[in-house]
Amino acid sequence: MNKHSPTPVNPNANKVTTGTENAGMQNWSLGRVLLHKPLALICGGFLLLVILGAIFAPLVAPYPPNALDLQNALSGPTAHHLLGSDELGRDVLSRLLYGGRRVFPGVLEGVLTALILAVPIGILAGYFGGILDRLVGAITDALLSIPTIILVLVVIAIFPKNSHAAMITFGTLVSPGLIRIIRGETLPLKDADFVSAARVTGVSDLQIMIRHILPGVIRIVIVQGSFIAASALGYMVALGYLGLIASSGEAEWGQMVASAGALLNRQPWLLVPSGGLIGLIVLAFTLFGNALRDASAETIAATPGPVSRGSSPLERTAQPQGFSPGPSNKLLSLINLSVAFSSRSRDILAVDNISFDVNPSEIVGLVGESGAGKSITSLAILRLLPNAARIVNGQIMFDGRNITGMNDSEFDRLRGSSFGLVSQEPGTSLDPAFTVGSQLGELVHLHDGVNRKGSRSRCLDLLNQVRIRKPEQLLTMYPHEISGGMAQRVAIAMALAGRPKLLIADEPTSALDVTVQKEILALLRQLQLETKMSVLIVTHNFGAVADLCDRVIVLYAGQIFEEANVFELFDRPLNPYTKGLLLANPSNAQPGQPLPIIPGRIPSIGSWPTNCRFAERCPYAADECLAGPIPLLALESERKSRCIRVDDLRKEGIL
Amino acid sequence: MSEGERLLEVRGLAVYYHGRRRGSVIKALDCIDLSLESGTAIGVVGESGSGKSTLAKAILGLAPIHSGSIKLAGKDITSLKQRSRRELSRILQVVFQDPSSSLNPYITVGTTIEEPLRVHGINNREELNQRIAKALDQVGLSPDVVNRYPGQFSGGQKQRIAIARALIINPQLIICDEVVSALDLSIQAQILNLLADLQKSFQLSYLFISHDIAVVRYISNQILVLYQGRVMESGTAAVVIKNPCHPYTRELIASSPITNPRAQRKQRDERQWERPSGGTSFTEEFNENGCPFAPRCQFAIDICTIERPPLKFTDDGGFTACHRYPEWQALQK
Amino acid sequence: MLKIIGRRLLVSLPLVLIVSMLSFFLVLLTHGDPAVVILGMNHTPAEYEAVREKLGLNEPALTRYEHWLEDLGRGDLGVSIFNSEPVLKILKGRSGVTFSLIIVTTIFSSFVGIGLGIASAVRRGLLARIVDVTSLLGMALPNFWVALVLIAIFSVSLRFLPAIGYVQPGTSLSGWLKSLVLPVIVLSAPAIGIIGQQTRSSMLEVLDSPYIRTLRAGGLGRSSIIYRHALRNAAISIITIVGLTFVSLLSGTVIAETVFALPGLGGLAVQATSQHDLPVIQGLVLYFTVIVIIVNLIVDVVYAWLNPRIRIS
Repeated sequence: MNKHSPTPVNPNANKVTTGTENAGMQNWSLGRVLLHKPLALICGGFLLLVILGAIFAPLVAPYPPNALDLQNALSGPTAHHLLGSDELGRDVLSRLLYGGRRVFPGVLEGVLTALILAVPIGILAGYFGGILDRLVGAITDALLSIPTIILVLVVIAIFPKNSHAAMITFGTLVSPGLIRIIRGETLPLKDADFVSAARVTGVSDLQIMIRHILPGVIRIVIVQGSFIAASALGYMVALGYLGLIASSGEAEWGQMVASAGALLNRQPWLLVPSGGLIGLIVLAFTLFGNALRDASAETIAATPGPVSRGSSPLERTAQPQGFSPGPSNKLLSLINLSVAFSSRSRDILAVDNISFDVNPSEIVGLVGESGAGKSITSLAILRLLPNAARIVNGQIMFDGRNITGMNDSEFDRLRGSSFGLVSQEPGTSLDPAFTVGSQLGELVHLHDGVNRKGSRSRCLDLLNQVRIRKPEQLLTMYPHEISGGMAQRVAIAMALAGRPKLLIADEPTSALDVTVQKEILALLRQLQLETKMSVLIVTHNFGAVADLCDRVIVLYAGQIFEEANVFELFDRPLNPYTKGLLLANPSNAQPGQPLPIIPGRIPSIGSWPTNCRFAERCPYAADECLAGPIPLLALESERKSRCIRVDDLRKEGIL
Repeated sequence: MSEGERLLEVRGLAVYYHGRRRGSVIKALDCIDLSLESGTAIGVVGESGSGKSTLAKAILGLAPIHSGSIKLAGKDITSLKQRSRRELSRILQVVFQDPSSSLNPYITVGTTIEEPLRVHGINNREELNQRIAKALDQVGLSPDVVNRYPGQFSGGQKQRIAIARALIINPQLIICDEVVSALDLSIQAQILNLLADLQKSFQLSYLFISHDIAVVRYISNQILVLYQGRVMESGTAAVVIKNPCHPYTRELIASSPITNPRAQRKQRDERQWERPSGGTSFTEEFNENGCPFAPRCQFAIDICTIERPPLKFTDDGGFTACHRYPEWQALQK
Repeated sequence: MLKIIGRRLLVSLPLVLIVSMLSFFLVLLTHGDPAVVILGMNHTPAEYEAVREKLGLNEPALTRYEHWLEDLGRGDLGVSIFNSEPVLKILKGRSGVTFSLIIVTTIFSSFVGIGLGIASAVRRGLLARIVDVTSLLGMALPNFWVALVLIAIFSVSLRFLPAIGYVQPGTSLSGWLKSLVLPVIVLSAPAIGIIGQQTRSSMLEVLDSPYIRTLRAGGLGRSSIIYRHALRNAAISIITIVGLTFVSLLSGTVIAETVFALPGLGGLAVQATSQHDLPVIQGLVLYFTVIVIIVNLIVDVVYAWLNPRIRIS
């Protein structure tokens, strides 16, 4: 860390620290992850127990499977017969154990058949595509069209009492579903850039399939294998119940349920151990499959453990209550707003105590890189936070009213009429199932309540307002038929339908071509002049900010780092981060000279230091910067900066 | 190959795809000429539909070539079979745009990086480890990342890993397909610096594809401007950007966001008199005869929609495909 | 639209032929001599031979298949080996039972499943947990066992519902309903689970999408969002699952009809299998395949109606 001597921004700090931000999850293999899931342990343990019991039945079972004990026939659970005895006095527990010696190999046969067929076929069909794929598709469609049990019955008619034939047929009939899944997994993998890179390097198709596609497929296969095992077990005992696979008298689970059924009147207990065991094993396979699926996702993901439940997107949530400060002339005021994500153990802050205002008829830019918290802030204003996030502190004042404490139905009315939203991806911002006219008309009807003719004319007005040339034609089109720039204009029109006072634009141009970007920004400027509404634009694009905004707020790691009028910010930034960002812009660079860069990366959510969050990357950091939290200082002419060295750096001519 | 010799030469390249309707053809690339000298970088700029990514794919053997030729290090690679690509990969490598899809999420970083070496028969564990460590060091990553999975890294770090994979075989030409487009500004600068450093240290050549003219200007010597599959202009990057010879190039440059509010507002006022922005046609239509940019060009005259524009030489030795060059430049403002 | 129907039919015709051929030749491999089963054990070889001649069992396989196809062309599915009734008549006679069962089950489980799925997607927490657990149990417990347990409770102890037997709707509507209650519950349990889970995950996925956010930001109310927009977009995968459920119910009826002694196609399948009644088995396989094709066709049509992309292209 540099001390007081002024050092220029470090030009050759290409080095990156691979910090242990993801510590605690270095690289856990599937096995280790599983061992930490209680569900996996219980189910896996139970299955292991039952399978071992079946394998070692001759050693473990209290009685031979056909040993008669007529005196104690039809008893419930007793000391002699832990799980009861059937009509001939045969011990239920023993018969269950011996029955397992039939069932588990059958399940294995079914699962293996399905896997052996599905994995190569699925991968080959997905990878090579073309005729092979279509052929496989036709065959799988055909097989899926045949009700499984019919064909199994046919096979049993050919090979009576042959469970092997039955289970192999089952495996064959189950494989089309698995082929579809594997093929579905292979398709995006084969188009992925890493496969292209491998092809460029000259890796053969076979090697690509083994080295790149198979690892992804294996994960799915392990999970699906568990589910297929559950299904196979159910199948096999069903066939047993129908009397089609075992000879009479043999210890077979399906048959045991059947005879228990016949003896309902005399000893209903008999239903419990037989059916109960089957149900428990099927359940165990299913839950184990679920645990495998979760564990598999965790081993390759960044953070350990899923971000948990949180609330549903539409669930009514309680908002923190707060005071109502006096009337002000600001349109929007955020006061000490904090937003957090709930994870299993704790809340992780994404936005930390942010306060700023938006005046009427003003365009404010909220700028920052990814992870700064700007999108979350804008979503918090609209109460459209993702599931796991919620406001944990602070107030939001709109037009003099405290909207934080409002209940959901009151707030719903504010959306569209007080504030509107334009999001990032124009292609997916419109409902693909409805025409443009239909969706736009729905909002117009909601806000204006007009009849069909009035609604249509208002829709055309809105489309004209966003400078669309042939609006009548557009009304009948579906979102997938129009270009990105056009879709973004429609999205803007939808946001304007309720005549909002504040328009929030969340990265409105990031997904568009640069010439279209220019047009959309110009359009927003035009609209603001015409409607006098305020605009809060959230972006990482400084050029857009320079073009459009009156005032700029720079976010970093959940905090406001600088706030200023747009001209002042670009002419003379008063924060090392802002200055660094402006310098790092290639449009300001000299070709041939190294770009002045900011080394390192933004600290990720959840690992923010308590001192200055930029200090580890700042070339001007001093001891005082590491001492404790840094306040947001008010400077001259309504400027703010979160840097305690501002005066020093100004004296040194750096800022 | 000594410095100054033509490393990559493309002549009359055309890539056609089958359209959705029977018999229709999409000309993703048409009549593309470019040449790249060893040790230099050429930037290919364009928007969506320009064909810039298709150009990369064609050189890499990932797109069907209809006509034309591609020569790499003097060897004609136009109709190279997949098998021979292996040998070629010693010279030619690629880094892609999307950090999440350029690395296989299911295998470790080490396995990904060492793949080019394994393909070329290097299987000795010690040597592999050595070279992996060296490559990681060159891109600024520590060697203990080898056992981790890509999902545990940030976008910038993933791009570094992808660059390490491209570097490890010591290629001469690296095709960079929008490699910084998905990254944050501060990380973008780091990666650009890294690429510039590597170019100096190893005499690398780049075919640098981007939609961002500022980035291209920074890293390239030459520039090629594409629009709907055809070359609009080519030349020395600094010259072309300072004084564009094609209306589309001018439009691109003018649309690039400048981080200077005063200049932006001045520019906006100047453009007031231009055609009002009304949204382009509903779906991109392909203009077969004539100049593809004519429908959007404010200088277009009749001939622009009838006849294909000829290639005219510009002052510094590049060329532009415009009927009205050099008159249109005088018509500005 | 016509193109879609046409395409499906075009693909299905060879399918039907292949399936019929497959089942025909498979069953030819069965052991057991129908002649013995018909006449009983104590007859002379000549008499058995006579029966076999009469049934045309001695002709080469391919010829027999040709005969069968010709008959099929005339709408004649042959005659059961054992009670000498026309197969088509047997199938028709038993269809009513099976279709009552399947259709009632599909409608019931779709309503309940979709309802639970939507509710647990919109209102997470306890409801979602309950839905999860019950659907897991529904899918895990073997259906014949559940049937027996229900019989034990409702028929034997409470004497509320009949354990076995089927009543024609014509005879007594309430009797018909009562005879269906337990079988429908048994068959619905796993179906509700599957449909509910699929509905929930589709709804969650859709509710998270950008266009829902646009509409919410525009001020659209909760119920419009859920029922008009989200459900509409989730409908495609839900319909697929409902179609698959219908098809798997065809298998399910085999067990259900056996346990509850309902005279339907499922029970017929088991019976014909153990009796090696070839014409009946073939007829059944064909019949079921045709039903599946029709269901898939309906799903295709609904698909196209729901998805503007398919409709327009």
